[in-house]
Amino acid sequence: MTTPLLEIRNLHVRLEEQPEIEILRGIDLTIQPGEVHSIMGPNGSGKSTLAQVLSGKEDYEITEGEILFNGEDLAEMDADERANAGVFLAFQYPVEIPGVSSMQFLKAAVNAKRAFEGKEELDAGSLIKHFRAKAEQINVPFEMLKRNVNEGFSGGEKKRFEIFQMAVLDSVLGILDESDSGLDIDALKIVSDGVNSMRDGNRGFLLITHYQRLLSYIVPDRVHVLVKGQIIKSGGKELALELEEHGYAPFGVNETASQPVTA
Amino acid sequence: MTTTEEVAQIAESRREYTAGFVTDIEQEFAPPGLDESTVRFISAKKDEPEWLLEWRLKAFRHWQTMDEPDWVFLPYGYPPIDYQAISYYAAPKKGPESLDEVDPAILETYAKLGIPLSEQKVLLGIEDGTPAEAREAEGRKVAVDAVFDSVSIKTTFQDELAAAGVIFCSISEAVKEHPELVKKYLGSVIPYSDNYFATLNSAVFSDGSFVYIPKGVKCPMELSTYFRINARNTGQFERTLIIADEGAEVSYLEGCTAPMRDENQLHAACVELVALGNAKIKYSTIQNWYPGDENGKGGIYNFVTKRGICKGDDSHISWTQVETGSAITWKYPSVILRGDRSKGEFYSVALTNLRQQADTGTKMIHIGKDTKSTIISKGISAGEGHNTYRGLVQMNSSASNAHNFTQCDSILIGDQCGAHTFPYVDIRNATATAEHEASTTKVAEDQMFYCTARGISEEDALSLLVNGFCKEVFSELPMEFAVEANKLLAVSLEGSVG
Repeated sequence: MTTPLLEIRNLHVRLEEQPEIEILRGIDLTIQPGEVHSIMGPNGSGKSTLAQVLSGKEDYEITEGEILFNGEDLAEMDADERANAGVFLAFQYPVEIPGVSSMQFLKAAVNAKRAFEGKEELDAGSLIKHFRAKAEQINVPFEMLKRNVNEGFSGGEKKRFEIFQMAVLDSVLGILDESDSGLDIDALKIVSDGVNSMRDGNRGFLLITHYQRLLSYIVPDRVHVLVKGQIIKSGGKELALELEEHGYAPFGVNETASQPVTA
Repeated sequence: MTTTEEVAQIAESRREYTAGFVTDIEQEFAPPGLDESTVRFISAKKDEPEWLLEWRLKAFRHWQTMDEPDWVFLPYGYPPIDYQAISYYAAPKKGPESLDEVDPAILETYAKLGIPLSEQKVLLGIEDGTPAEAREAEGRKVAVDAVFDSVSIKTTFQDELAAAGVIFCSISEAVKEHPELVKKYLGSVIPYSDNYFATLNSAVFSDGSFVYIPKGVKCPMELSTYFRINARNTGQFERTLIIADEGAEVSYLEGCTAPMRDENQLHAACVELVALGNAKIKYSTIQNWYPGDENGKGGIYNFVTKRGICKGDDSHISWTQVETGSAITWKYPSVILRGDRSKGEFYSVALTNLRQQADTGTKMIHIGKDTKSTIISKGISAGEGHNTYRGLVQMNSSASNAHNFTQCDSILIGDQCGAHTFPYVDIRNATATAEHEASTTKVAEDQMFYCTARGISEEDALSLLVNGFCKEVFSELPMEFAVEANKLLAVSLEGSVG
C-alpha cells in the first residue's frame, strides 16, 4: 500500500494569540499521490488557516491531532524545511518584496532546496534554462522574472507567478489558497492550465476555494465542505456543483450573516 | 518565527568577523604620545619638505586649542580618548622596493582579505542572480594601493596608469614626486583648521593615496585603496587626495578592515576630492572595520572627514558608502557644489548590529546655479545598534534653481535597536527646491514568511530582504563591489534571526 502524500488526522488548531478560539476542530483528510482535493467553505470556516498550518506559519498552535507528509510528521518541520521537502503554498495574497528581483528570489529558493537535498547549487546558465522551460510550461512571460517579486504585479500576474514558482520548485504537494479569487476568466484559465500541466499521477493538490468556478477547470477527485472548522461533507466533483446550486445554506450556514474572519 | 523578542535574543549571539586576524610582523613604532616632536618624527620619517612640516605644525598648534566635539548622537557614548596613549606611527620594518620584497606575511594578509596585490585581472563570480546574458564574464583590472597601518605597502599597475597620464601613488610618494600638485590641493577642500579630527589628521597623517587624472582622461581602470590596521594601540590617520582635472573621470574604491581587539582604536582619516570643470569622481567605500563584540567591547572609532568640491562647471562627485563595521561611525561625506550645473550624490548603507553606533550622513552645499544633489540613505539597525542619519542641505543665495532630493529609509530588525534622523535644510534662495522623503519600517513578518514558505532559511530571507532594501545604493557600486557588499551585509546580519 502506498503511503499517502498527505494525511491529516483529527487536527485541532487554535490561534496562538487567541487560544480561546478553536479554528480547526478535528479535521481528517487524506490525499493520495496524484489526487486533487478541494476544500470548499464559506468565509471564516478555517480554509486559509488550514493552508497556513500546512505550510508552517507559526501563528497557530496544533492542540491535537497530526499531519503526516509522505509519512513524516510535518508539524516537526519549519516552514522552509516543509517547502524544501515539497510542500508549496500558493498564497491568497502574494507578498511584494521591494528591491528583490524575482530571479534572485527564485534562485535563492531553488538553491535552498538543492542544499536541502544535498545537491550542488545550480550555475546561472542552468538556472536560466530551468526558469525558461517552466515559464513556457506555465505560460508566464520570462520578462516577469526581471521584475521585483510581486511588485506592481496585477492580481492575475501574482497568481500566475505563484503557480510558476510551484513549477520551478517542482513541489509535490500544491496547496492553492483561493488562487481563483479576483481573477477574470482568462487569468483563471491560465492558472488552471498551469496546474493541470503539473498533474502527473504523483503530485497532489489541495485547492482551497469559495466557488465552484475553479473546479470546472481543475477537476478534483474529492471535494470537502469545511464549515466552522470541521469537514461536514465529502464527495466527488459533483458535490461542488451541488454547492454552486444551493450554496452553503443546506449546511446551516447563513452566508449573509457576518462571520468571524480568520483567514 | 521571527518574533521581535527572539530576534533580539539571538541578534547578538553570533557574528563572524573574518577579517579579525592579526599579522605577526616586525614593526617600527613611534612611542605613544603626541607633542610637536611626534609631528616632527613623522615628517622626518617621511623625509618631507619644510612646507609640509610647517603645515603639520600649524595644524597641531591649532588642534591644541580645540575641544573634542560632543554633538554626535551616540546613546551608549564612548569613554574619553586618551590621545597620549596612542602611537601615531607604525610601519613594517622591511620597506619593500617591489612586490617581491613585500613581507610575505603582509602579502598573505591581503590575500586572505581577497585583495589582489599582484597585477592580475580580478575574476568575478557574480552571485546576485543576474541573468547570464546580462553579465560580463571578463575579468577587470583594479589598481590597488595597500596601506598597512601607517604606510603604503604597494601600489599596483602604476606603469600602465602612468602611460595614460594618471598618477596613482601613496601620498608620501606624491609629496616627493609631485609637490606642486600636493601643495596646491592639500587642505584646499578640508582646511587644516576644519574640525577636531581633521585637524589632528593634518598634524599626524602618515600615509594614504594620491590620484591625479589629467585633462580629458578617463581613468582606464578602477582605482582602489585598501586600508588595514594591524598594530595594537596605534591610530590610523591616512589622507587621500584625488584630483580630476577638466573633463577627467575616475572611479575610486576604498576598503577597510582591522583585527579583533578588546581595546578601541582610532581611525581619523581625511579624504579630499577636487573635480574641475566637467570632471567626474565616483568614490565608493566599503567599510568593515572591526565592530567590537556583543558587549560593545573593542572596535574601531571611525571619525573621518570626507569632502569633495565640484570646483568647475558641470562637474560631478558621487559618494557611495557601505558602512558595516566600526564600533562608532561618525562621518559625513560631503560635496561643495561650486561650479554651475554641478552634481553631488550621496548613496549610503549603514548597518549597526551588536552595540554599534553610527551617526552618518552628508552635507550638500549648493553655491553654483542649477546645481543638483541627491541623497539616498539606508539605515539598518539590528541587535542593540543605533543608527542615525544626519544630513545638511544648504542652498546659498547664489544657488539659483538648485535642487536637492533626499530619501532616508530606516529598517529595524528586533526591538532593542534604534533609528534616528536629523535632517537640516538651509535654503537662502527662493528658486531653490528641496525634497525630503523618509520612512522607518520593521522587517515585515509576512515577507519573511513568504520567503521561508519558498524554502529560504530565515537568515537568508533576512539578508535577501535587506539587500532589496539597499538596492538603490548597491546599484551605484561597481559590480564586483556590489557583490562584496551583499555578502558583507549577510555576514554582518548573521544571527539576527532566531
